[in-house]
Amino acid sequence: MQIAVITKYNFLNYFRARRFYVMLVIVALISGLFTFVVAYLQPRSIVGTGDPLNFYRSGWGGFVNFVVVLSAAFFGGDAISGEFQNRTGYFLVPNPIRRSAIYVGKWLAALAASTIIVMIFSLIMIANGLYYYPGGLPSQFVESLGFAWIYLVAALSLTFAFSSLFKSSAISILMSVILLLFVFNFVDLIVSALAGYEPWYSIVYGAGIVSNVLTVPFPDHVSVIPAGRFNISTFNATIPEGLGILAAYFVVMALLGLWLFQRKEFTS
Amino acid sequence: MAPSLEAVKMTKKYGSFTAVNDLNLKIEGTKCVGFLGPNGAGKTTTMKMFTGLIRATSGNALINGVDVEHDKKAALASCATLIETPEMYPSLTPKEALTMLCEIRGVPKAERNKRIDDALAQVKMQEWEKKKVGSFSKGMKQRVNVASTLLSDPEVIILDEPSTGLDPRGMSEVREIVRSLGNRLVFMSSHLLAEVQEVCQEVALIDHGKLLVYDTIENVTSRFAGSMGVVQIGFARALDLQVGTAISKIEGVTSFSRLNDKRVMVKFDPKVLTQEKLFETIANMKAGAQSLEASAGLEDAYLSLVKETL
Repeated sequence: MQIAVITKYNFLNYFRARRFYVMLVIVALISGLFTFVVAYLQPRSIVGTGDPLNFYRSGWGGFVNFVVVLSAAFFGGDAISGEFQNRTGYFLVPNPIRRSAIYVGKWLAALAASTIIVMIFSLIMIANGLYYYPGGLPSQFVESLGFAWIYLVAALSLTFAFSSLFKSSAISILMSVILLLFVFNFVDLIVSALAGYEPWYSIVYGAGIVSNVLTVPFPDHVSVIPAGRFNISTFNATIPEGLGILAAYFVVMALLGLWLFQRKEFTS
Repeated sequence: MAPSLEAVKMTKKYGSFTAVNDLNLKIEGTKCVGFLGPNGAGKTTTMKMFTGLIRATSGNALINGVDVEHDKKAALASCATLIETPEMYPSLTPKEALTMLCEIRGVPKAERNKRIDDALAQVKMQEWEKKKVGSFSKGMKQRVNVASTLLSDPEVIILDEPSTGLDPRGMSEVREIVRSLGNRLVFMSSHLLAEVQEVCQEVALIDHGKLLVYDTIENVTSRFAGSMGVVQIGFARALDLQVGTAISKIEGVTSFSRLNDKRVMVKFDPKVLTQEKLFETIANMKAGAQSLEASAGLEDAYLSLVKETL
């Protein structure tokens, strides 16, 4: 009951806040640009092959992870740190409510707000796709949509953990974006391509299934390309492996974030 | 069971710095207890431990006999708090923010609107109930914060400098509100000794994290105050500036302070002036003076107990 109360009012706060509309603008810009490019240039690789998967791979698959990361960072990055930095925690925490209820309630509110953003993006992509390929939605796209939502759930747990770790909203949002958009990709590349190890530790690696499922047949788990004296390895998480990584991130990061929040003190 | 607050060997350390040191304090019954001390004495730290905002390094904070750290939800079930100057979610209205608290505190749905309306009326914020909090001044937010403590009919109210950010009228109104909370245990920190003296029956004084004294204001002042006479004088109508100036010029009066529109505190040298002579002189000013109350010199007691400001 208390979780639902926290969810309701935090969602209301998100829904009225500028950041929700900033995210809508970002989604509108990405999908508007894609719509314009496809309509104006009619690229053969996207609309000229007769295969709707090419369209969804380029549009949806190319941008959805970016939308997921930004949503998770915008709505989760400062969810907890903001309670400390903005002093809203002084209004909420000294009440007969467990910190775990506050944490879960805020997490659900962030998930609801992020899901709306991702759903709006998916609806624009579906509308575009049905215009060029009116035959219906490929089942792989529906799978990809489901995987994107699971990625969102895992990414939110990660951003909440960062949010619990830092007291500054700007730092927790920035760390989340930098980590999810750049650091994981860079480290994964080094570890897989040069060292030849599978980056099973990486949420971004696990989230590869969101776009890879749009490729038929599914990309090879491992491919090795000889390059002179070296071999360059490329890894693709299988669907069970990707789901496992995302589930592990969700559980571990959610618990870590909650543990940090419960221990964190409101010192001025 | 009478409402109670109890600190049992409560200690809070930040690294090598001890903010609260082995604090033992038991407050029981319906009354207002002022919590005094210089900056950095450990007042807010103590209150934060009572409200679950921070954890004690050792010892226990009990509200109505329930350990806050062990079961915060049960301990705070009948306790309202105002610690420092909290912020509400800026896009919510006062009505929404207070409804959220009512829902968290399990106030029955049928009673919520009335309680919120009453609380906002008490702090004179009913006209603003549908405006977003983000546009409010600090004082307006603090009024809503004060209203938030009145929602759930708590047995215990913990107030950390509740008049912070308020204008003189707002401060006076908060004092009236605190005074009206007669059937509760109010634990209130303040830097304003006159405020504590006006609304509280007991006082706890802390310095360097240690409790110096906890007793009734009368006992504390009779034990620790100096030789100055202190009285509070009540007037039938609002006092104008000229009368105030005239009082401060009476021979033997050493200081004069206005507690509210109709009440002043006067310090005087008893070697020069008696209480009776002072009242007679003021009554002759025809300003509506109607009562004189011997007031304990809390400031003197404070100054004799607290030797440094930090």
